[in-house]
Amino acid sequence: MTGGASLVLRLGVSVVVLLALAALLAPWLAPVGPNEQDILARLHAPADAHWLGTDNFGRDVLSRILFGLRTLFAVSALSVLGALAIGGSLGLLAAWYGGMVDRMVMRLADVLFAFPIILLAIGVIAMLGPGASSAAAAIGVAYVPIFARTLRAPALQLRRAEYVDAARAIGAGTPRIVLRHLLPNLTSVIFVQASLSLSTAILVEASLSFLGLGTQPPTPSLGRMLAESRTFLTLSPWPSLFSGAAILLASLGFNLLGDGLAERLDPRLRGA
Amino acid sequence: MGRAVLHRGGDLLFVSFGVSLVSFLMIRLIPGDAVQLMLGANAEVTQAQIDALRHGLGLDQSFARQYLIWLARMLHGDFGTSLSTGRPVLTEIAAASGVTVELTVLGLAAAVLLAIPLGCAMAALRSPRASLVMRLLSIAGITVPSFWLGIMLLYGVSVLAPGWALVGWRDLTTDPGGNLRRVVLPVVSIALPVVASLARILRATMTDALRQDYVRTARAKGLGERAVLLRHALRNALIPFVTQVGIMAGYLFAGSVVVEQVFALPGLGRLMVGAVADRDYALVQAATMLATLVFVCVNAAVDLLYAAIDPRVRTT
Repeated sequence: MTGGASLVLRLGVSVVVLLALAALLAPWLAPVGPNEQDILARLHAPADAHWLGTDNFGRDVLSRILFGLRTLFAVSALSVLGALAIGGSLGLLAAWYGGMVDRMVMRLADVLFAFPIILLAIGVIAMLGPGASSAAAAIGVAYVPIFARTLRAPALQLRRAEYVDAARAIGAGTPRIVLRHLLPNLTSVIFVQASLSLSTAILVEASLSFLGLGTQPPTPSLGRMLAESRTFLTLSPWPSLFSGAAILLASLGFNLLGDGLAERLDPRLRGA
Repeated sequence: MGRAVLHRGGDLLFVSFGVSLVSFLMIRLIPGDAVQLMLGANAEVTQAQIDALRHGLGLDQSFARQYLIWLARMLHGDFGTSLSTGRPVLTEIAAASGVTVELTVLGLAAAVLLAIPLGCAMAALRSPRASLVMRLLSIAGITVPSFWLGIMLLYGVSVLAPGWALVGWRDLTTDPGGNLRRVVLPVVSIALPVVASLARILRATMTDALRQDYVRTARAKGLGERAVLLRHALRNALIPFVTQVGIMAGYLFAGSVVVEQVFALPGLGRLMVGAVADRDYALVQAATMLATLVFVCVNAAVDLLYAAIDPRVRTT
């Protein structure tokens, strides 16, 4: 199964790198501006002039997808990083201090975890008002308990490791032990969880934008593009097809990456 | 078993309390003055109306008092009044939840019915190539955006069968045929990612079960592969599967909230999205809390079911 394992990982890395490059280089790669209209070329099917066709305003679908990927990645990455920083710290805190702190943090995580992600996100957006930054905050809040839980369990084991005792014996303080000894040993867990979380956060961001609660125009957004192209679906299915496929590919890339990484880091999972 | 029930009961109470507190905080934590935001830029509003709304929301009281008043009102069935329709929030939610519940329940049933044979078939195929293909397919299935799938299905059917009524809603009780015809595509769209995810989990637990001693014993006494898979491995693998089904109910619900928008179904999703746009905070708050509490109870029930079917859990 080693060959298969590395194939999943290789596929994941390729898709993620390719899409990340496409998003980063969007201003140079895009044939035209994402909001540039060519009124004479509305609802064109894919052709030489517009590789992925045009929408109802004659905007180039490929350019809009490239810029939409930027927004999608920026919002999802921001929310996952925020959740990792806050949730991860809470998880480490709970594992390190144990007792009352542990119980309080984990109870809080239980409560937040009880909310279906999209509902919690809609609730937060209701407070902050629709927009890309609200969506990032909303998704971040929803993912905090996931990182708290994922980091607490292995940190609990590591806390009792001999090298932690040794570090303490030579007089290292708590911050030093946590940063220099615990965290480096948790990197694999963090990478796997961050990658899988990005995969689902991308779907949540796209859902929120699709509902009109996330990224607002004129910023190009894949979810919003899908919502808009739905209105002229029977005239031209291409914009719907391609914008949704781009969301799928982005989520798929990170899921393959996380899955491949998990397998590589935990040999027991091989072949499962 | 008694202890398990008590323990779960305590957890349930605490989480429900926490959920109500978080939902309560949603309105109080709005940056700026919620009342001003709710009334918008309407210049006709008098100070008396502002005060009345503030009093209606209980915003002129102390924090703890506000929460207790809010809680007491809810326990009496008063969840507030919808700002946009003027009707009680609970009436609005009750009217919309039928659609969402139907989609979620049908989606869950379809997903479980498809995932069990799929997961078994996946566990039975053990060649490295077959496992890899199935792994890739299930990951792809999990990451398909359900709203995109819905749109693509809608397009496909509109091309193949232009006369087929696709969007809108018919009540299950008055027009069962029309209702079922309209829920097929939304249910397929929300169920597919869940089928992929459940089948993958069942495959993993089945593979695990197949390595156990009792499977070797069953094989040694000459049972056929089919009987080993279905009667021995599957029955044991279903136990962790049940927990996962409970969790997936939440995913299906979330999928339904988004997919309702694609098929123009008057469910909770549409209600909530409209409420966010209208700054109808009481409605968002009540819908979020009630739906979450339903899932908390569903998952607690699943845990008890788990304890009931697995004798090993009962004693701990």
